[in-house]
Amino acid sequence: MKTTGIVTGIVSNLVTVLVDGPVAENEICYITLAGVKMMAEVIKVNGKHAVVQVFESTRGLKNGDKAEFEGRMLEATLGPGLLSSVYDGLQNDLTTMEDVFLRRGEYTDPLNHEKLWEFTPIAAPGDKVIAADWIGEVKEGWLPHKIMVPFSFEGEYTVKSVIPAGSYTIDTTVAVLVRADGEEVPMTMVQKWPVKVAIKGYREKPRPSRIMETGVRVIDTFNPIAEGGTGFIPGPFGCGKTVLQHAIAKQGDADVIVMAACGERANEVVEIFTEFPELIDPHTGRHLMERTTIICNTSNMPVAAREASVYTAMTICEYYRAMGLKCLLLADSTSRWAQALREMSNRMEELPGADAFPVDLSAIISNFYSRAGMVILNNGKTGAVTFIGTVSPAGGNLKEPVTESTKKAARCFYGLEQNRADQKRYPAVNPIDSYSKYLEYPEIQEFLERTVEKGWVDKVLKAKNIIRRGKEAMEQINILGDDGVPMSYHILFWKSELVDFIILQQDGFDPIDSLCPMERQRYMLDLVLGICDKDFKFQDYEDCRKVFKDLINDLKQMNYSEFKSEAFQKYFDNVNKHLEAHVN
Amino acid sequence: MSTKAYQRVYTQLENITKATVALRAKGVANDELALVHGRLAQVVRTKGDLVTLQVFSGTEGIPTNAEVAFLGEPPTLKVSEQLSGRFFDAYGHPIDGGPETEGEIREIGGPSVNPYKRRQPSQLIPTGIAGIDLNNTIVSGQKIPFFADPDQPYNKVMADVAIRADVDKIILGGMGLSNDDYLFFRHTFEAAGALDKIICFINTTENPPVERLLIPDMALTAAEYFAVDKNEKVLVLLTDMTLYADALSIVSNRMDQIPSKDSMPGSLYSDLAKIYEKAVQLPSGGSITIIAVTTLNDGDITHAIPDNTGYITEGQLYLRYDSDTGKVIIDPFRSLSRLKQLVQNKKTREDHSQVMNASVRLYADAQNAKTKLENGFDLSDYDLRCLSYAKDYAVRLLSIDVNIPIEEMLNTAWELFAKYFSPAETGIKQALIDKYWK
Repeated sequence: MKTTGIVTGIVSNLVTVLVDGPVAENEICYITLAGVKMMAEVIKVNGKHAVVQVFESTRGLKNGDKAEFEGRMLEATLGPGLLSSVYDGLQNDLTTMEDVFLRRGEYTDPLNHEKLWEFTPIAAPGDKVIAADWIGEVKEGWLPHKIMVPFSFEGEYTVKSVIPAGSYTIDTTVAVLVRADGEEVPMTMVQKWPVKVAIKGYREKPRPSRIMETGVRVIDTFNPIAEGGTGFIPGPFGCGKTVLQHAIAKQGDADVIVMAACGERANEVVEIFTEFPELIDPHTGRHLMERTTIICNTSNMPVAAREASVYTAMTICEYYRAMGLKCLLLADSTSRWAQALREMSNRMEELPGADAFPVDLSAIISNFYSRAGMVILNNGKTGAVTFIGTVSPAGGNLKEPVTESTKKAARCFYGLEQNRADQKRYPAVNPIDSYSKYLEYPEIQEFLERTVEKGWVDKVLKAKNIIRRGKEAMEQINILGDDGVPMSYHILFWKSELVDFIILQQDGFDPIDSLCPMERQRYMLDLVLGICDKDFKFQDYEDCRKVFKDLINDLKQMNYSEFKSEAFQKYFDNVNKHLEAHVN
Repeated sequence: MSTKAYQRVYTQLENITKATVALRAKGVANDELALVHGRLAQVVRTKGDLVTLQVFSGTEGIPTNAEVAFLGEPPTLKVSEQLSGRFFDAYGHPIDGGPETEGEIREIGGPSVNPYKRRQPSQLIPTGIAGIDLNNTIVSGQKIPFFADPDQPYNKVMADVAIRADVDKIILGGMGLSNDDYLFFRHTFEAAGALDKIICFINTTENPPVERLLIPDMALTAAEYFAVDKNEKVLVLLTDMTLYADALSIVSNRMDQIPSKDSMPGSLYSDLAKIYEKAVQLPSGGSITIIAVTTLNDGDITHAIPDNTGYITEGQLYLRYDSDTGKVIIDPFRSLSRLKQLVQNKKTREDHSQVMNASVRLYADAQNAKTKLENGFDLSDYDLRCLSYAKDYAVRLLSIDVNIPIEEMLNTAWELFAKYFSPAETGIKQALIDKYWK
């Protein structure tokens, strides 16, 4: 029998319920308000009182209103049809809601139950299977969507029967499994999984050993992110966080992309709806929307569901990872999620940590980041979830709890800088403070040396050093004046400008420059470093400035031109002309 | 609002703070309104039978045996065409001496628009001010604040924008307006003959601060009526959102909530987002555009109020006093309209974005020349030309007293380019130079 309860206290969306039976932490309950059932989640239990956060507005709720507990946690529904969907934080399908306004208590089904899917069996009767093993496959867009033994199944099962190839709805029983104790268990194409629990069902989680290409030079060349890696992008407003994330979403080399718009502007999500269906995935030539799921809980939608949205998004990624696919999760912004935690903690009158955030913020964030990763499945195939989150630090100050906690958890740091944004040096990633820990991994170094070129890592470090030394030289020039420093300082500074303008900066709105494949990145870095190695001769610092400005201009035009096209070659020849005139 | 006959009346207050009272009562709904000692109040917390009410007009003089009557409904507004041309207080009662309005009763602070039902904003809102139309074009469905110091004429600019904007309704939400500013808005609207499309919800400095919390929701409920039900283009002006946030912090403080940054409530981001995100382009053609004012403390944008606002709104406009020309200008460097590229060159002339970038870049060069001059360095011929250009540019385009159509702004910019620079110095695409160079 279900546990029931009555409401005894209300502060905003935090409601206290007096219960008549057992309740579990994170258990879902429905509170009935004037005939409408509102979903809520238990976040604290105190004697006979369960404290729940309601995923809706509690306006009009009264003490004495009824609650019913479901005996399950918040679950995601997993099956064919997740891709190209638009969900809210609780995985309600926003596209099938009719009203312009979001009505309280309106919950829609995440998956289409009528649509037919072309099913092909993989397992055969007599096979021994465990949770997450592949039973069959349907084509979802161009992706092979594996139908798996539900993750919740414990122990070993024997396949009794699998339906033959054909078109079926997701609710069709596709296989019957026999448990060790002889009980027959039917399974469909759909399963449910609690979002706050990581999906296991894999053999091991090794260290990441490959790079995920994004087409963004400042990431791929300077601070590459690994397939199955984690990274975060902190930055004040107006520095281009969202533009950078959208670029990664459009270009990232992944099979599945889940975008969690978590507490951000609704018009930014509208931009995705409007643009993505038109855009083509550069790696497969298919429509971007076909590989994308959007979880959208914008800033004006209920705060508690904002917290749920990132978990829902992660669960969907883990589900596709178990099919042996490469998934990329983008969450914008994790600060809003942390603020949702703060609001709850505050209403529960918990003792606050720094900036009134809950004291376990750091643990919650690192626990979430740890769900990303590359895995080796039970059948030996690999899958990955790469996670990149944005952080919106209050006042642009990186010394705040969310940024600091995330820094401990994420392996890549792409710090956006106000100063660079003001100078329109986009993407405004700070080249000196940003880092990728993966660059230190021997397996990643080996991968880069093998796939990009020999000596690549040293070249990247050298380019970073040019930027660093250029900054030092610039500081000296600013203090002592143009005439007060030796010529070598000017050259150091302009070499760093060269690396900055040609490698770090990238025009996200230019059709060619916005997507820079690794081969092209290698070519340009080699070219730029080659120039930096030259021994220049200048009459004076004005001459030096002019020559480098010309070089930068021609190299920039190369970035804007089709790779190795006639125009590209023309600007390359210009570069060589400048060099001939000024190099010993 | 009067009490109804069957209502239970309570007379025993257990707790009184400056903004809240608490009492034992049963069957009370969250967010419900009540009358405490004749003053409007709203339920903000229930704990067992202990109910905490936020008293909008403050608790001065309320005794522990005050009468409390619950009204059984959250704050509402009667919406109809009758709202047009009227001035109301924070509760939706007329303050212009006219009759009470009739109409359908709507709860204020209602649900959000399904993001999937939104349309991408794509209609230009011309204001005549080149610092906005040329450099930071505003689009219907956008939300954008002025970040201004208290001594800057932001209310005047807002009134100008409102009168010139090509919209069906203008709704002003005034929070903590000085009485003088309130009368200024009123006279400006009257003088412009725009009264029939204006609706005002006003809380002046003479009214209690907590009342302000109702203003944005009142204004936006009226806006949603005209935009959703009547498919109209609605412009909502909210001034001053800093005072709104201050009122939020007063209430949360009285309720013993733990403050976060700058003693603001931890929910500030969500509270502000709930208001600003009402800006929307609807599929039916109706839209709500929000232009707000956030006053700054000595230009500090890292304070929690402007900081959270910046993360929510689609850009921000800065006012600045330009000492070289004695004009108040829209700062072309720090101002930003995030949606401008949705209309520039599409709804405006093809040269718009290039002219905008070139004119701002040259203005930046003038700033560098100025720094050089101040540091005692010699100026080049180019520097001198930049400085002259900057003066003309500030007076003829950046100044807030400019009022010309966009086409004329573009022509003026071309005229200035030709007066001071060579085509190559502007860095504009050759095809456009060929067509527009004067």
